[in-house]
This record gives sequence, C-alpha cells and structure tokens, in this order.
Amino acid sequence: METDYAIIGGGVVGLSVAWGLLKRGRTVTVLDGEDGSFRASRGNFGLVWVQSKGMKQPRYARWSQQSAAAWADFAAELSDATGREMGLRQDGGYDLHFSEETLAKTVSEYEGLKEKLGGDYPFEVLGSNALRREEPNIGPSVVGAILHHQDGHTNPLKLLQALAEDVRRLGGHVINGKQVTGVDKTDLFRLTCADGTEVRARKTVLSAGLGAMVLGPAMGFKAPIRPQRGQVLITEKMPKIINRPSLVARQVDEGGIQIGATNEEVDFDDTVTQSALARLAADAVTAYPILARAQLVRSWGALRILSPDGLPIYQESPVMPGAYLVTCHSGVTLSAAHARFLPDWLEGNPDAPDLEVFSEARFS
Amino acid sequence: MFDLIVIGAGPAGLAGARTAAGKGLTVLVLDEQPRPGGQIYRDVERAAPLRGDILGKDYTAGLDLARGLDHAKITHVPAATVWQIEAGTNVFYTQDGVAREARGKRLLLATGALERPMPIPGWTLPGVMGAGAAQILLKQSGIVPERAVLAGAGPLLYLVAAQMVRMGAPPLALVETQTRSDFLRALKHLPGALAGWRYLLKGAGMLSELRRAGIPRYTGATRLRVEGGVQAEALSFRAGGTDRRLEAETVLLHHGVVPHVQAARSIGIPHRWHAGQNCFVPERGAGGRTVVETVYIAGDGAGIGGAKAAALAGRLAALHIAADLGALPETDRDREAAPLQAGLTAELAARPFLDAAYPPFAEALSPDDATIICRCEEVTAGDIRRYAGMGCLGPNQTKAFGRPGMGPCQGRYCGLSVTALLSEAHGAPPDATGYYRIRPPIKPVTLGELAALSKPKGKSE
Amino acid sequence: MKPAFRSTTLPGPTVRVTFEDEVLYLPDGENLAAAMLAAGIGVFRETPVSGAPRGPFCMMGACFDCLVEIDGTTRQACLTPVSDGLEIRKPRGPRDV
Repeated sequence: METDYAIIGGGVVGLSVAWGLLKRGRTVTVLDGEDGSFRASRGNFGLVWVQSKGMKQPRYARWSQQSAAAWADFAAELSDATGREMGLRQDGGYDLHFSEETLAKTVSEYEGLKEKLGGDYPFEVLGSNALRREEPNIGPSVVGAILHHQDGHTNPLKLLQALAEDVRRLGGHVINGKQVTGVDKTDLFRLTCADGTEVRARKTVLSAGLGAMVLGPAMGFKAPIRPQRGQVLITEKMPKIINRPSLVARQVDEGGIQIGATNEEVDFDDTVTQSALARLAADAVTAYPILARAQLVRSWGALRILSPDGLPIYQESPVMPGAYLVTCHSGVTLSAAHARFLPDWLEGNPDAPDLEVFSEARFS
Repeated sequence: MFDLIVIGAGPAGLAGARTAAGKGLTVLVLDEQPRPGGQIYRDVERAAPLRGDILGKDYTAGLDLARGLDHAKITHVPAATVWQIEAGTNVFYTQDGVAREARGKRLLLATGALERPMPIPGWTLPGVMGAGAAQILLKQSGIVPERAVLAGAGPLLYLVAAQMVRMGAPPLALVETQTRSDFLRALKHLPGALAGWRYLLKGAGMLSELRRAGIPRYTGATRLRVEGGVQAEALSFRAGGTDRRLEAETVLLHHGVVPHVQAARSIGIPHRWHAGQNCFVPERGAGGRTVVETVYIAGDGAGIGGAKAAALAGRLAALHIAADLGALPETDRDREAAPLQAGLTAELAARPFLDAAYPPFAEALSPDDATIICRCEEVTAGDIRRYAGMGCLGPNQTKAFGRPGMGPCQGRYCGLSVTALLSEAHGAPPDATGYYRIRPPIKPVTLGELAALSKPKGKSE
Repeated sequence: MKPAFRSTTLPGPTVRVTFEDEVLYLPDGENLAAAMLAAGIGVFRETPVSGAPRGPFCMMGACFDCLVEIDGTTRQACLTPVSDGLEIRKPRGPRDV
C-alpha cells in the first residue's frame, strides 16, 4: 500500500490534516488505533476557544484566532458534504470570575495581549448586572465575566463523525484497529503495524496524541508531551439554561449541561474520582444555582496531550525529513487551522504559515 | 467503617448479609427499593400476606430471607441509590435527597439481573414492558393488565401467565419464539437437567395450568412487531406458516435475563462472554472474589442461576469474606462451604438445558434496520450497522459516531444489542468487540447532592 | 375506555396528587408508576430526542422510561412512593422552550 501521506492517528487532529491534504489532491492513508485507546478526541469539552490562549506567546493567540475565524466556513463545507450539522455556535464565550481581584488581573493581562495583537482582541467586561441580562441563571457569587466575541463551541463528536465520513468520501483510506510499531525510511517511509500491516508513504504525519510519546523519539522528535487528566460531567437533557459557554459549563446542542474540567497530573489514568466530580458539581452550582436539581447522568476522564508550555508542536523530523509531528491539546479549536492552513506547511508551500515558534527548538 | 457493605437486597445480598452478621461482621445493606427482596422477592414482606397464595411458595420463600435483615449487626438502608464506588471500599449513595459516603473493608455486589433487551419493531411504545415488569406490578401492587399478550421465550413467560390466570386476568395468548429444533438441541443437556427435576416438574405443572385455562400458545413465532400509534395496540407475528395479529393494549416481552453489570463494570471488574447464557459475566474466583481485592460478587449479577442459587452464592461469599477478615478459620469456612457449593451445583443443573431450550429470540439479536436499539437516544440497528461500516470496531467508538449508551440508562438496555450488532458486522466474537466503558454515576445523582459532598475550597484533595 | 391495568386489591387510603395539573387520588405509599398505570395513565413523558411517547418498561429502576418531574427534579416514578400533594409533571427537556 503506497500513498502520498501516511497519518498516524485518526482523532480530530489526524482527520483534520487528512481532510486538508485530500482537498489539495494528495492521497492519504490514516492509521487509527483501537476502541479502547485513550482517544482524547472523544473526551474533550468542545470549545472553539480564543481567550486565555497564548497569554505568553501572542503567536499562539493569533493561530487560535485564525482557526476560529476559519471555523464557520470549514464547518459549512463539512456540513454540505456530509449532510451533518456540527452544532457550531460562535456567539462569544465567558471567563467567569468570583472575585473582583481576579477579574481585574485577567482584564489587565488581556489588555497587554490585545496590544501585542495590534488591537485585534475583541473582549468586553460584564459586571454582574450586565452578565445577568445575558445569562438569567447566573448565580450571585459570580461578580462578573469577560466576554470574548471570538469564542464559541461545537459538538466535537459530530465534528469527528463528519470528518471520518468526508475523509472517506474524498478518497482517504482509513484503517482502524492499527497500532504502529515501527517507522523507517529509505526513499519512502515504511510504517509497520503490530498485526503486520505495512504502509508506504512519501511523507508521514505523527498525530497520535499520547502515542507520540513512544513513536516520537523513534522518529527523531523530542516529543516532550505528557498526559494531563480532565474530568468532565454531563447532565440530563434540559430546557435552555445557559446561553454562552465558559470553561465552567456549557449547554450542548442536545440539551445536556456539560461541566468541566479538572487539570490533574496523573499519568495514564483516565478514571473519574468522586472528589473531582463533587468539586466540579459544586463549582457549577455556584455559577448556576439552578443546576442544583439537575441530574448528572455521565462523567468521563480524558487525557490532554500537553507540551511543557501548553502550546502545539509542529516539527519536521531532523533525522527523517518528510516526517512531521503535529500535536496540541486544543484539537477542536485548531481543527480548522489543521484542515485549511497546516497542509501548506506540510507541503512546503511558499504561502505556508510561519510556525517556527511551535517547533521543538524551544525545548532545550 | 463497616466490615462489609452489601449492595442489593435480593436473595444473594440478604443471604450474604445474614451469614456475615452471623460470623460477627458489621454489615451495611444498601438497596434501592423501599423494602427488601430485590426483584424476585419484590416487596415480599408486604405482599406475601396479600398475594402469597397466587404468587406461590417460590415467592414466599423470600420472607425468611427478608426477615434475616433484623439482626443487631446489620444496618439496612432502603431507598438508597448507589452512584459511585471508589477504591473498592468507598460507596457513595443518595438517600432521601442527601448524598452520603459509606466505607467497608469488603464489598459484596449483589445487584442481580435485568431482562435481556428484546428490540423488536414498536417495542418502545407505551404499553410494552418486560414480562418481569408485569410480574413486579403484580407482586408489589396487585395490579394486572387486562388485555395482554406475552411474547418471547423462557419459563418466566409461563410463570407470569399462570400468576395472571390466578389473579383473574388471563393473558390473551403466549407467543413463543423457541422452536422444536431448539428443544431437540437442548436434549443433550437433559441428563444434567434431570438433576434439576424440580424445575422441570414445575414448568410442566405451569404449562398444564395454562392449558386448563385455555390460553392459546403459538410456538416458533417470527416477525414479531408491536403495532400502535401513541400506545401499543396489537402484536403481529408469524407462526405455523400464518401471519397473525392479536389486538392487545399490553405486550409483555421476555427472552431471558442477564446480569446487571453496571456496578461491577464501573469499578473495572473484567467480564467474559458466556456463550450458553448469551451475555457477559464477571470474572470471579473462589467465593465470588473478583480481581478487585476487596470486592466480591454473588447472585444473578455474577451469572444467571435463579433465586435459590443466588442465596447459596451469597452465603458462600459471606463465608469467604469472613475468613478473609480473620473472623472465620479457613478450615471452618471450607467445611461450611462444602454443602453450599454442592447445593449450588444442584441448583444450576437445569440451566444449560433451559438456556438451550429457550434461546434468545434471534430476530431481536439482529433486528431490522429501523428498529430502535438505544431507547434513550433513539439510535436504530441500522445506525449501528452504518457505524460499523464506517470503521467503528467497538461500542465505545459508537459513542463518537452516534449517541448509543449516552442516555440515562447508560447502556443497560442497549449494551448487549450494540455489542451483538458490531460483532455480527465484523465477524468478531463478543469478547473481542467489547462492551461500553461504564463510569460513575452508575445511577443519576443531582449536582446539588454531589456538590454537598465536596470539600470546602482551600482544603487539599 | 377501560384502563389497561386493573387493581386486584381493596383500595387503601388514597391521597391527592396531580399529574400535569390533572387531579388524581392514588393509594398512599404505593409505587408511583404502578399507581399511575392503574389510574389509566399509559404515557408518562415524551422523549427529548424525538417527542415519542413513553411509559414504564422495566419497573425496576433500570430503563428510565418512567421519568417524571417532581419538585423540579427528574425522577423515576417506579422508585418513588406516592405521597400527599405530589405535583407530577412530564420532564421538561430541550424541546421545551
């Protein structure tokens, strides 16, 4: 089996990149893992989020903005092709605050970033009364919120489903249940799987989430990534309670209230803990007291893929040119960028985005 | 901290609790129902005086077990909904709108069985329920359906029909899906079954009771479908080469029971496919001990065996738990366990024959595309087949493609169907296909109840 | 139209409840789902996904088809005892504005 691109990992990152490459006429084979693998793409929060990103690296804030700006068009194209709605809403999102001090501090940080971005960072501060007009169910402990107009949310599972369908429709070859155990390169890349399957490709993209911890170094990358657990709750389907999403809670298109998330350094443990569930519930009820009577029906834990500074890593292998590491923890937000802009970088096109700040050179 | 927490007050839990208390262990029994008995002895203390003669001695036998909770070392918490189990020893539950935590040195899961899901067209209409559900209505509340048809396969159909006859509301018909060849295939298990001759005799007795009452029986039925607009109006089917339609407001479905695995799976107890019983059963060792060191499992939740077997298994588990905690010397444990084990073997003797003679309804294991499989999220069999075609190998991936298993029942009534459909689509055995990953809450809990358990801000985890 | 279910016991003390504002007198302490069925109520709710009618299916707290809303909380009727003054409603879901 020979292909232009072999993509290791069929989650939201791998499928977005595959889709973009297929649209440029490349042949693509995606090697996807097992039903029981960690699969961060199934466990994420679904935000298409700009605020709070890149506070120390404006280039990341800008990359997130570019992706958010491209999202609606990307979603529309996927919808037209597959007949599925992504459930995308980009009406803005909140950073909720429970004290005037933290609110003021964050506002000043945002002002600093806004300056570095040449003024393109549209946010406003809502005091508690203004917030209550926008969110009638917000609780009295919330002193205010920062509303960022470029934030939004989507249904990440519908995105995955649409990508999976359209990648196949565009002629992408997706093979499931494959664990890549070896990659070597002569003039072509040869990927070998645990079950003996072999794929040959001109170029390879490693977008295997935590799988890159093992495969990355074998392919010449530093891949200094680690798992970080996020636990998330979801309630029964409810009438409309929350209008705009925040990191505390969002109401998904199907009606449940999704509440998140923790940030725990617990290695490869995606179980949920009672203490975290209780704390997440308490924070949600503080923010939206009406949720006290809502029934929790599901919880999950998923492992984020984190680099040391939390930024994506886009790197070509120094020992195997033509092999690329693509990893991030905001796979949903960056899905549009990975589909629309990253392929130019993979192809080495002149109008490719400048992604130097995301290379592994920053890890000494 | 209790020595033992028992989850479930059916025969396994009741017997286990009493035996453990008898060995000096402090026992907490948590049960979701307001009164003990589980499902098979549902509300037995209240109902036996009222309806015991109709329900039979097999039911009233539960009275002793229920009364066994009255022991100084047993604390019984009824109407307690367990929603999370952590570290094999900590149990979180809600009672009366308040969430609580209990700790036990050992846990005994005795969560019993569920009816095997039987997805046929129209099965989600109001008026369609499990035969077991109708029996619960009868046992606990003394209410009977007036115009009901029983459909499916298994001795429970005969028992429910007989009880309905005795209550003056005979069913309109029994529409049975097992065939003559099922019976002939089952005969190879007959020698073993004869050791369970009491069951066979009981079955024969019920069948003649139904014959005397003039209840029509159809066997080898296929193409079962429930018809109706807003509620069930009729059951149509094909039997004896003829298409038939029976008008009925209530359609009672049953094709076997399967272990209720939510609690066990939520704490990571591995399960294996049991081909004869067509379901997953938990892996367990001597005395029902599981791979989670402090957790034991007994009763129908460990594998279908019926009420008497469940009580024996509960007692066996309690003996092992008592020995494990140093309250019973191992030699005593083994001596007391021996007759219980022999009894258990005898109780289970007829099962292979019954399982083979009354297999699950094949069409319900592989329904028409338009049939709903996941009742909560209204996902159809055709949807699952489509996901399989898109590369979905296992049930957890189906959650990324559609939403099966994501509703409040958490896959209790679709899990086996989804596994069966994916296995069929990929030609893979159920063990390879797998089952839903089950996480807490294993029953819903309100955010307010959950929040009340959180440590105040500022305290460390 | 005769109710689909008939009670075979002598009626004990009843209490006043409402279901979707309709007044019912149900046996005190009885299983709520059973009592509603005996009172002739077959449809307990409409599903949040498609608005399809549903009623009790398993009677043992496993299927969640008997969900009702009492005091702002969604509960399983088959795990709820009848008590005086219950105001029972169909659960409100995302299809309700």
